[in-house]
Amino acid sequence: MGMPVTLEVVDAAADDDSLLAEVFDYFQYVDDKFSTYKDTSEISRLNRGELKFANASQDMKLIFELAEQTRRESNGYFDIHHKDLIDPSGIVKGWAIYNAAEILRKKGFENFYVDAGGDIQACGKNAQGEKWRVGIRNPFNMDEIVKVLSVSDCGVATSGTYVRGQHIYNPLNPGQEITDIMSLTVIGPDVYEADRFATAAFAMGRSGIDFIEVLPGFEGYMIDRDKQATYTTGFARFVLNE
Amino acid sequence: MSRNRSNSSSNFSQTLKKLFLSAFVVFAFIAYAIHERLTNSSAGSTASAAPTSGASVDASGSSAGAPASNTASNAPSSNSSAQQAPASSSGSSTASGFKNGTYTGPTIDVNYGLVQVQATVQNGKIADVQFLQYPSDRRTSQQINAFAMPYLQQEAIQAQSANVNIISGATLTSEGFAMSLQSALASAH
Repeated sequence: MGMPVTLEVVDAAADDDSLLAEVFDYFQYVDDKFSTYKDTSEISRLNRGELKFANASQDMKLIFELAEQTRRESNGYFDIHHKDLIDPSGIVKGWAIYNAAEILRKKGFENFYVDAGGDIQACGKNAQGEKWRVGIRNPFNMDEIVKVLSVSDCGVATSGTYVRGQHIYNPLNPGQEITDIMSLTVIGPDVYEADRFATAAFAMGRSGIDFIEVLPGFEGYMIDRDKQATYTTGFARFVLNE
Repeated sequence: MSRNRSNSSSNFSQTLKKLFLSAFVVFAFIAYAIHERLTNSSAGSTASAAPTSGASVDASGSSAGAPASNTASNAPSSNSSAQQAPASSSGSSTASGFKNGTYTGPTIDVNYGLVQVQATVQNGKIADVQFLQYPSDRRTSQQINAFAMPYLQQEAIQAQSANVNIISGATLTSEGFAMSLQSALASAH
C-alpha cells in the first residue's frame, strides 16, 4: 500500500521506542501480506493462482469475509473483485489502522491517534487536553484545509480521486468513472467502519452522501466538482467552531 | 323478497337469505379493509416491492384500523397500542405566543420506528426543528425517510485555519507518484 503512517501518543509513559516499533512492524506485516504492488505478498500469490484460498492465512480469510459483509451492506457498491483480480486495499487499510490502535489501547494508552494515508483513528485527547483537530483537505488544493473537525474516540476516513487519480470505480458500472464528486469524508464509530463505508459510498457517486445519511452512527462531508460541499444532518456537531 | 311465497321452498329461501346476507357482510368488510390499506399506505406499496430479505414488511401505520389483516402479524414490532399522529410530537408548545428556548418532544412510536423532534424557538417563532430520532434501522424506513426527511445541507467550501493535529484526505502514495511518472515516461518514448 505504501503510504505514510503517522502516530502520536500523548500519554506520559509513551517515550518507549519499542512501542512505536511494534506498531510500525504491524503495518509492515500487513503490507507484506496484502500489498498488490508486491510480487511476494500473499494476495499477489493468490491472484497468480500460486496459492489456493483454502490454504490462505487466517487474516486473509478474515479480510475476504469482511469484504463480503461490506459488499452486502453497501448493496454491491463495495467489491474487492476487479477485472478477475482481487484488491482488498479498500478494506485492509481501515482494518490495519484499527488493529494498530488496538495494540496501543491494550498497552493502556488512552490519548493517541493513528493515521495512515489520511485515514484516522483518534482516541482520547490531544496534547492540549482537547479533542483531536482533524482537518479535511481541499481536493482542489492539497495545501489547504476546508473544514476542521473536533473528534474523539472515533474514526475519520476520506475517499477521493484527487491524489492517486482514479482509483475507486463503481463495481456495478465499471466502465463509468466517478467524476462528479471529488472527495467524501466519513466520520464513524471507528476507522475500520469509516473507511469501508467511505470507499463504498464514494463508489455510489453523488448518492453516496444519501447512503451515509441513513447509516446510523455515521456522518459525511462530500465535496463535488463545483466546489460545493454536501453534509449529513449530524455532521455539524463535529465541526470545530472557533 | 316477500314475492317469494312458495311454501315448499320457504325453508330453502330462508337459508338462501342468511347466506346472501352473511356473504354481503363479509364482502363489504373485505372491500373496506382493502380500501383502507390502499388509501392509507401509498408508502406501504413501495415497501412490499422492495426485495428485502425477510421480515421487514412495513406496518404502515394503518394496520391498527384493520384488526383482521393478516399482514399485521408480519410487522417486526408493531406496537399497535401507540396510535398517535407523528405530528403531535412538536405540539407541546402550540400556544399562540412561543417562549424562546429549545423544546424536546416525546418519543413517538409511529409503528415503523421511533420519532423524536426538538424545536428551537427564537423571537417567539420556530427557528429550527431537528430530528433527534427517526427510523433508520430498516430498509423500508430508510426508503420512506429518503423522501420525507429535510436533511442534507450544502455550502461552498472555504479555506480554514490550518491549526490541526491531523489531516484527512485521499491516499497519498509514493506508488501513485511512481506509477504516474512511469506512464508519463512511457508516453514520452
